[in-house]
Amino acid sequence: MTQLIDTPLTIAGREFNSRLLVGTGKYKDVDETGAAIAESGAEIVTFAVRRTNLGQDADAPNLLDTVSPARYTLLPNTAGCYTAKDAVRTCRLARELLDGHNLVKLEVLGDDHTLYPNVVETLKAAETLLADGFDVMVYTSDDPIVARELEAMGCCAIMPLGSLIGSGHGIQNPYNVRLIVEQSQVPVLVDAGIGTASDAAMAMELGCDGVLLNSAIAHAREPLRMARAMKRAVEAGRDAFLAGRMPRRQSADPSTPFAGRING
Amino acid sequence: MSTIQIRLNGEPYTLESTVDTPASAADLVEQLGLSDRRIAVEINEAIVPKSQLAETHLAEGDEIEIVHAIGGG
Repeated sequence: MTQLIDTPLTIAGREFNSRLLVGTGKYKDVDETGAAIAESGAEIVTFAVRRTNLGQDADAPNLLDTVSPARYTLLPNTAGCYTAKDAVRTCRLARELLDGHNLVKLEVLGDDHTLYPNVVETLKAAETLLADGFDVMVYTSDDPIVARELEAMGCCAIMPLGSLIGSGHGIQNPYNVRLIVEQSQVPVLVDAGIGTASDAAMAMELGCDGVLLNSAIAHAREPLRMARAMKRAVEAGRDAFLAGRMPRRQSADPSTPFAGRING
Repeated sequence: MSTIQIRLNGEPYTLESTVDTPASAADLVEQLGLSDRRIAVEINEAIVPKSQLAETHLAEGDEIEIVHAIGGG
């Protein structure tokens, strides 16, 4: 029997078997977060850095108790940062929080209506973080020229949006995502916009190395079931990409031979 | 007993501190009940590593941020 093998996803020298990365936002509680992440099979899990609640919820469950750094590769993100300076500060706080772990997801936003990446601030932040020894996975627009620039600077993964964060509109410009995949030597992951399993499969069929999503699972009616759907979709899309799809044809081509028909 | 005023996570905060025993970042963390929590501390926009909290003295007007991990995409 032929072994259908795949190479691991390699990001900054770290190897992963799962190509689905998930966020930890928007869940009902930490128990649901933990269960959904386990169901998704994800090995890389994003989280956010925020001010500690002082004098309240002292015994509230800590995210890192549920999503343990011993079990998962934690990926701090800079969501909510609108300037390079804030993003750099957030990454440094995260590195301290995780005892020196230097893999980060850089995300610098343009405005709170679109949450569209501010690529000017993103480039500035990437430069500072790379010089400071971080491995930078970077959220960006689906502009192949910006993607190329970020790779040339030394970012370890390029993560173009499929559509606006939290919109669930899927991949709005598959041609641009494809261009970025074709030109990149580092992993390309669609980050943002995934709404349902077919969107995740499409990203993988385009040749992306992985998919990062959060709302599509957390805001599904049944998050655990959607987590499993996403896991399967990413695996199916990856296999379809590796298998190589059949060519599209203008006319029909029968699956069953014509020869030997009883009415022949 | 004398006190100093700092800003903690964007809010004014009063801390006991004397010349003989100036308050440290570790004292503040302990006073907040956060000693055994997974947190990170920044003073005036510079990270203070866990190993240096005890020897980092706080001064009037210091801006302190204490952060932790929460759910996010």
